[in-house]
Amino acid sequence: MSAQIPEVRSTDELRQKWMKPEVITGSEILLRSLLLEGVECVFGYPGGAVLYIYDAMYGFKDFKHVLTRHEQGAIHAADGYARASGKVGVCIATSGPGATNLVTGIATAYMDSVPLVVITGNVVSSLIGTDAFQEADITGITMPITKHSYLVRDVEDLPRIIHEAFHIANTGRKGPVLIDIPKDVSAAQTLFVPQTEPVTMRGYNPNVLPNKIQLDKLTQAIAEAERPFILAGGGVVYSGGHEALYEFVRKTEIPIATTLLGLGGFPSGHELWTGMPGMHGTYTSNQAIQQSDLLICIGARFDDRVTGKLDGFAPQAKIVHIDIDPAEIGKNVAADIPIVGDVKAVLELLNQDVKRADLADAWRAQIQQWKAAKPFSYKDSETVLKPQWVIELLDKTTKGGAIVTTDVGQHQMWAAQYYKFNQPRSWVTSGGLGTMGFGFPSAIGAQMANPDRLVISINGDGGMQMCSQELAICAINNIPVKIVIINNQVLGMVRQWQELIYNNRYSHIDLAGSPDFVKLAEAYGVKGLRATNKEEARRAWQEALDTPGPVVVEFVVSKEENVYPMVTQGSTIDQMLMGDE
Amino acid sequence: MTTKNTIAVLVNDHPGVLQRVSGLFGRRGFNIESITVGQSEEVGLSRMVIVTVGDENNLEQIEKQLYKLVDVIKVIDLSSKPMVARELAMIKVKAEPPQRPEIMGVVETFRAAVIDVGTTSLIVQVIGDTEKIDAMIELLKPYGIRELTRTGVTAMIRGNA
Repeated sequence: MSAQIPEVRSTDELRQKWMKPEVITGSEILLRSLLLEGVECVFGYPGGAVLYIYDAMYGFKDFKHVLTRHEQGAIHAADGYARASGKVGVCIATSGPGATNLVTGIATAYMDSVPLVVITGNVVSSLIGTDAFQEADITGITMPITKHSYLVRDVEDLPRIIHEAFHIANTGRKGPVLIDIPKDVSAAQTLFVPQTEPVTMRGYNPNVLPNKIQLDKLTQAIAEAERPFILAGGGVVYSGGHEALYEFVRKTEIPIATTLLGLGGFPSGHELWTGMPGMHGTYTSNQAIQQSDLLICIGARFDDRVTGKLDGFAPQAKIVHIDIDPAEIGKNVAADIPIVGDVKAVLELLNQDVKRADLADAWRAQIQQWKAAKPFSYKDSETVLKPQWVIELLDKTTKGGAIVTTDVGQHQMWAAQYYKFNQPRSWVTSGGLGTMGFGFPSAIGAQMANPDRLVISINGDGGMQMCSQELAICAINNIPVKIVIINNQVLGMVRQWQELIYNNRYSHIDLAGSPDFVKLAEAYGVKGLRATNKEEARRAWQEALDTPGPVVVEFVVSKEENVYPMVTQGSTIDQMLMGDE
Repeated sequence: MTTKNTIAVLVNDHPGVLQRVSGLFGRRGFNIESITVGQSEEVGLSRMVIVTVGDENNLEQIEKQLYKLVDVIKVIDLSSKPMVARELAMIKVKAEPPQRPEIMGVVETFRAAVIDVGTTSLIVQVIGDTEKIDAMIELLKPYGIRELTRTGVTAMIRGNA
């Protein structure tokens, strides 16, 4: 087996080659347009309505097409590609069931503001609306979960639509854009004139630069604050504003928490960093938010997993909200100083005249005291593997340098708590939608975007079984993802809720009947390893790291372990269950 | 405080745009009391007039969320300014010959019009603000309303604005 990730080929030279106007089919227009947009690889699955497109792809080597085993795998891979690279992820599926299989992935990307261009085929125009074979109104179905969508009615519109779709997906508040192409449109011919002009759309003008008056108010508020605190989210990573954020913290010396999606947007080892806030966040971050007198929210949207009970959230704080999407400001938490703009642009402007928060010395000392007194902690064991210990092992052996993708559940929270992220776009996780089945295929995309980096996919035994068929992709393309399964034999997060909130009534969480994951890996031609104690764990993990290709490592861990701290629904975030420390 | 708000939304005249707008209201839990759509003064753009009930925060969110739609060009809160709002209703009312003079009296008072006469019924057309139409319906109810249809409100800001 060759140890090569399929090459990604989109180059300036190739783009030049496709620039000359020519009469070609809609399918060829699509492929050339994707190249002109800089697409390097697409994830997809063919079917009747996209046969012209796949026909045009026959022998086409100018970008890589990865054939997944399920459309859900394709779109999560495209999502992982986008999150890990900052580029637009692209996937293709056929009409009807192909398209509807993408719905979960589209919603996932929409909730987390991930730029995707999703291409679906549809039945021929004359059959639309007749309940034709494999027909589904995918633009209608996905309207609430896309940033915008197109049903292409005329092949002549195709170049413009693709150009617009990429622009919309990756500007402003990013998000998925769907292009639905009826079969006859992909077959029709027209003169293709490459679209290279900047897109101008009357109804779409993201507000990048902030209002100066509001910035001055913030500068003033920082000078007056005794207990200022920063809550930074995914917007920092998406805007490429991490360096500007670092500079902002360096200048102001204001303590900072990063949300689940903001992890990696600020170096986790930094003295002023207090960790993730919210439901499974640190004691320090939650206390700091509740006691702050100035809360500066940067590129985060006050998700309910962060705020807990809204009525009682940050009760003493003047709220500053910086966001590219005006609709987020005041949606959940009223802002005293609203700042609409691109996070990077806002921070760079602020950095020009912001000063150290001089009145906050006692506050900084208080934060350090909390951090020292209440870090994340768990009771280790010599007899059973603790999942937190496993994550610590991954962190130590990779020095926090890997790209980590996760599925959803307890392992996700432990990964967020115990892996130390120091650079942006190293953390790929489904935050808003909480999509099981996301972790593993998204790692394939992340690896495609970063052929030279170590990509670790951390999964539970439940979520792994939602897209495990994509092991085939890793095997045939030799995509060297290290697939970690934290196996506690139950749906762990559900078990935790049933234990703590539903009086130990463990209803339908036992995953007995799961496959032997080592054999499952081997059945696909991927190396499989298992560990049930610390020594085996160290050895298996080292072997995985030393193996050039993909490896599945199953860690059989304690079943009863819970994620702490925990804020139960309906509580304010300083009312935390700390577990048995 | 919950109030009735009238919003005009200028949108691209693209297929599916009504679905996008009404879908947004449904998904976000905003209420639509009435919605009217038709051509605007500019080719390629339609104007929707939406009457919605909610508080100030609701209204602000509705405006902001509408602006997120790529096909939305402009959102105007009409009810914050002096506006004229009109609605059209057609009422098919039971009218045996003896009742007709009485009904005609109501029609004339409201400056409405009879637009169809059947052997035992009349169709009355009334144009006005919502209150006027409600009042007219109340007055015709005793005669027996066989069928009723209302267009929903359309509106504009008064004067040169």
